[in-house]
Amino acid sequence: MSAPAPRLGRAFLALLRRDLLLTYRHRAEAVNPLFFFVLVVTLFPLGVGADAKLLHAMGPGVVWVAALLAAMLSLDGIFRSDFEDGTLEQLALSAHPLSVLVLAKVIAHWLVTGLPLLLMAPLLGILLSLSGAQTGVLMATLALGTPVLSLVGAIGVALTVGLRRGGVLLSLLVLPLYVPVLIFASNAVQAAGSGLPVSGQLFMLGALLVLALVLTPWPTAAALRISLG
Amino acid sequence: MMNFLHRLASPPHFYRISGRLLPWLGAAFALLLVAGLVGGLYLAPPDYQQGDSFRIMYIHVPSAWMSLFIYMVMAGAGLIVLVWRIKLAELVAVHSAPIGASFTFLALVTGSLWGKPMWGTWWVWDARLTSELILLFLYLGVIGLYNAIEDKRAAARAVAILALVGVVNIPIIHYSVVWWNTLHQGPTVTRFDKPAIATSMLIPLLIMALAFNLYYFIALLMRLRLALLEREAGARWVANLLAEEEA
Amino acid sequence: MSLSEFLHMGGYAPYVWPSYGIAALVLWWNLWVPARRLRQVRARLRRRLRREEASR
Repeated sequence: MSAPAPRLGRAFLALLRRDLLLTYRHRAEAVNPLFFFVLVVTLFPLGVGADAKLLHAMGPGVVWVAALLAAMLSLDGIFRSDFEDGTLEQLALSAHPLSVLVLAKVIAHWLVTGLPLLLMAPLLGILLSLSGAQTGVLMATLALGTPVLSLVGAIGVALTVGLRRGGVLLSLLVLPLYVPVLIFASNAVQAAGSGLPVSGQLFMLGALLVLALVLTPWPTAAALRISLG
Repeated sequence: MMNFLHRLASPPHFYRISGRLLPWLGAAFALLLVAGLVGGLYLAPPDYQQGDSFRIMYIHVPSAWMSLFIYMVMAGAGLIVLVWRIKLAELVAVHSAPIGASFTFLALVTGSLWGKPMWGTWWVWDARLTSELILLFLYLGVIGLYNAIEDKRAAARAVAILALVGVVNIPIIHYSVVWWNTLHQGPTVTRFDKPAIATSMLIPLLIMALAFNLYYFIALLMRLRLALLEREAGARWVANLLAEEEA
Repeated sequence: MSLSEFLHMGGYAPYVWPSYGIAALVLWWNLWVPARRLRQVRARLRRRLRREEASR
């Protein structure tokens, strides 16, 4: 055997750094989901009319549906290239639990796809005539909700990464599981618009996040092992 | 008991025993179905509020129950697949999905047909109908995943994982939809809530539920037999079986 | 209760009978498809068995 494997924490951080670095080298690709997010939100006023009251009522739902779609489009990138060049197989063979390594990859993925959505929120708030308080709540829901999208989506990607045309199937697997996040998040933004308290919804999103953080790495790792054959 | 289960799980035994069982199950199903239909369509009195339209309940409610029950069976079989890798459990998980999807579809269509005279429209975003619709998407995902993966044993294990993820999510989805519904929906929600159901109405419902359960068992057995025969087409027991029948 | 009254379902016939009809169709379809395939597979296997016996 070669030198002893590095400690789990160091392996975790090394993988996180590697994934961030890789995304930085391909940054032109990484911003595409972000443009998609803004584009979808722009299309809605064009489709339903630019009435400020209507936009105010629909805004929270529109932003969140667009966020779901943007998150879904970027999901495939979590494992695709590592699956194709064999890196994933190496990870599966390493001494460390695959579920923890998978978590590092998902967090890296969220940092480059979920976090930018969050930073884009004030701009979208202006476009959809959301109030300042609403934009704040929108950012809070995105901060709590988009990691759940990445974590849950990773299971779907892990199941379909071995397929040549898994894109549409992935959306069928993942979108129904996004329903609770969509409901609580867009409702919080709506409630903030009418001056209602939103702590309940935010607590629910927080609970979903904790649940997803704890539970999803296992099925993701198990699904990856199946896809690797 | 374990010995018996092991023997049952071997393909030739399973094929033989299920073949002998099926006619009896079919007869019991037919009997229950007739009893349930007579009780539900003829003997039960019309509802004082909904008139005869409530008779759709005898299809709608058992279908909705079955749609959830079959998902639970799928997840249970999925757990067995992942822990013990029993082939028969793989087949149960995989071949339950289309039957479960059928019941989900039925629950949706009959819910819509019931909703039209009650609500005045074919569809309302009622909590139960919405959850049922999402359940249908979950089933379609399972079926799509199984069909997409070429290696069928790997596909069955993938389905097992997806079913387990789904079963953890179903309560979360259901309660979030119920919560969403109480915010967005007016008093229409209470229309379906019957405070107390008369015994003459309840008994046919239970009989129909039992009949649908038996039906699931029959449909599953038929699919399992087919899958076994297709998978083991070259095996000796198949040749023996066919030669025996020929003689 | 006469037959026509029964079929009329207190005015709800256009909703009650299609419900039962669709249910019957779906349940029947779910049994018929595997039954038909099972017949086909058995016929195919039987033909193959006979061929093998003839060539022996």
